[in-house]
Amino acid sequence: MALTGVLRPGHAQVRVLDLNEAVRFYRDVLGLVETGRDAQGRVYFKCWDERDHNSYVIRESDRAGLDFFGFRVLDTATLDKLESDLQAYGLATERIPAGEMLATGERVRFTLPSGHVMELYAEKDKVGNGIPLVNPAPWSKARDNGIAPIRLDHALLYGPNVAQVHKIFTEVLGFYLVERVLTPDGNANAAIWLSCGQKVHDIAFAEYPEPGKLHHCSFLMESWDQVLRAGDIMSMNQVAVDIGPTRHGVTRGCTIYAWDPSGNRFETFFGGHLPYPDYETMTWTFDNFGQGLDYPQRKLHETFLTVVS
Amino acid sequence: MPHTVSIEDTGERYACSSEESLLTAMARMGKRGIPVGCRGGGCGVCKVEVLAGDFETRVMSRDHVSDDDRAHGRLLACRVYPASDLSLKVIGKLHKNVCGSAAGR
Repeated sequence: MALTGVLRPGHAQVRVLDLNEAVRFYRDVLGLVETGRDAQGRVYFKCWDERDHNSYVIRESDRAGLDFFGFRVLDTATLDKLESDLQAYGLATERIPAGEMLATGERVRFTLPSGHVMELYAEKDKVGNGIPLVNPAPWSKARDNGIAPIRLDHALLYGPNVAQVHKIFTEVLGFYLVERVLTPDGNANAAIWLSCGQKVHDIAFAEYPEPGKLHHCSFLMESWDQVLRAGDIMSMNQVAVDIGPTRHGVTRGCTIYAWDPSGNRFETFFGGHLPYPDYETMTWTFDNFGQGLDYPQRKLHETFLTVVS
Repeated sequence: MPHTVSIEDTGERYACSSEESLLTAMARMGKRGIPVGCRGGGCGVCKVEVLAGDFETRVMSRDHVSDDDRAHGRLLACRVYPASDLSLKVIGKLHKNVCGSAAGR
């Protein structure tokens, strides 16, 4: 499949309660690379193996949570097309000028019926991963700094109107539904996992009464061994761990859920199956959600359903 | 010198030093009276009302603690550090839930 349209999750902007504490956590414990700070006081990070200037941006606020989540699209013509498609579908869009975020081109912003602010953009400066493009080594010493995930992988967001969000992603943005969990009565989706390429998910949503909530941003690890190493580093640094290390039934991914110092959950994630757009959606009934979340323990952890920022 | 924290709802008592949050000390001792969430002041599930005692606090989300809350000692247990023996009652609950709004359709 030729990957066009929306390419991948490109950036998340997350609110933290204490900027310095958060910078120490994201830089020294999670092992992201700090790439800049702007006049608004935002701090920009990327994962060591990402080539674009930034993927994870934090700003100090008096409340935790997600400001917005952005996807990189193929090119500016795609950006213009998707903007007009969103408008034709009935969603209001806003243009954020190039340079409002460091090293980032013009962004198209819109708000989902779940209350989450989404962005599309076509341009972000390529700063590279520190490895030459000619005769590249497989990794650099940056891989050994902290947990050191290789990329921002996906996010799980909690809010109302998941059925409407599902339609926007599949009918306008070109995503397809990889897996879902049904509501207890089986008549609707309690949670959906959506892909825009061949990753097992690029974004996921769960039905929740309060709009705009962040469940987690997920960072990709290279192996199960690296997930276990992440767990060791979390404990060495007294990071608040939620669930894991374990394996999800949904996606088949290996995982640890934990929280940053402001209570924003993050995930260190590895694996998952590789779907194609023609594959049939896999469905979990609500009474099997426990296996979907934590396959070995078959446990529907209460915090998974109730703790968000 | 650790202080004694009393959870009035359950009658649980546990030791907590001034270097440790009310929530961390409780969870470390395997007690369960206060719901445990993010432990970073962001999610709000560990909200308590301090009934008596002195304490210090660290920053916590205004989504869950208003000025009025703060004035009345309604705080997130993960961000409260005791400076004396202290008693509290639990306000926070793990009450909101996935599919709460979808199931209502």
